[in-house]
Amino acid sequence: MIPTPSQTVGPFFGFALPQVEGQGDVRVEGQLLDGAGEPVPDGLLEVSGDGQFARCRTDEEGAFHFAVQQTSPFLTITVFARGLLRHLSTRMYFPGQEGDVPASVEAGRRHTLVARQDRGVLRFDVRLQGPEETVFFV
Amino acid sequence: MRLADEWFHRAPGPAFGRIGVRPEDADLTRQHASEPLGERIILTGRVTDSDGRPVRNTLVEIWQANAAGRYVDPADDHPAPLDPNFTGAGRCLTDDEGAYRFVTVKPGAYPWRNHDNAWRPAHVHFSVFGPALGSRLVTQMYFPGDPLLPLDPILNSIPDAHGRELLVSRFDLATTIPEWALGYRWDIVVRGRRATPAER
Repeated sequence: MIPTPSQTVGPFFGFALPQVEGQGDVRVEGQLLDGAGEPVPDGLLEVSGDGQFARCRTDEEGAFHFAVQQTSPFLTITVFARGLLRHLSTRMYFPGQEGDVPASVEAGRRHTLVARQDRGVLRFDVRLQGPEETVFFV
Repeated sequence: MRLADEWFHRAPGPAFGRIGVRPEDADLTRQHASEPLGERIILTGRVTDSDGRPVRNTLVEIWQANAAGRYVDPADDHPAPLDPNFTGAGRCLTDDEGAYRFVTVKPGAYPWRNHDNAWRPAHVHFSVFGPALGSRLVTQMYFPGDPLLPLDPILNSIPDAHGRELLVSRFDLATTIPEWALGYRWDIVVRGRRATPAER
């Protein structure tokens, strides 16, 4: 059977899809940016892995945040936005936890998969396009 | 970058259980003091994976404009009336056969300024989780016979005609409840274990 095609999440999901803050003592903050480096103000991110789940919208600065527990080397981040026909998926590795997958990415882009310590929180930005484009997985 | 299926597509999907689902969340016509205006419809179908298996106990979320073509979302500035009796958001879990069922009103078409005289056909947004990361699906469902369908760049972002047809529900007299609501059926297929993931 042929899978149902994906369509954009559009701009008006905010009233309908509940946000889930996530649970854990690790706060992750980041920005969703487009190919020109501009914030994406109406994106949606889902965080999953090892039984955890968080879902957050981006604000007018493209900023998002969620809370997690570090119980595995990485979490999967799925990105929805009005300009995307289909969602994108990447991984956020905890600092120092990079394993085979980041190592298999070209050296210049490996850092896009790894969160960094930033004044008590983990910083993880997602860039949809451009020279610093996040590595996305299919 | 292509990841091995067992590392990615077959990895367990998001643990959506922290999104609460109450039985009344599936009836969008009973979320306020009175009933919304518009054509009352039943929207139902099955979620299966591409291997043909029912996807049980998975979260299905929908959102839509009201019958006048206006979203509750504050960012929607289309000068059509809001309906104080309609939010336009629903959710339910699929049953043992993978079936979902919503009661709602048929959404209106609305202009969206994408190009000159651009109108979105009536549609309902769907979000489906499924069992694996690879089964996650966000899409839009359309209504049969809508004259705006061939003109819509979003529907036409799907290059093949068959793929576009997969997003159009069908009117179903057997689902229709006499004297009460029209019935539409729309089945959803999420990626199964044997599916080849689409390239970006």
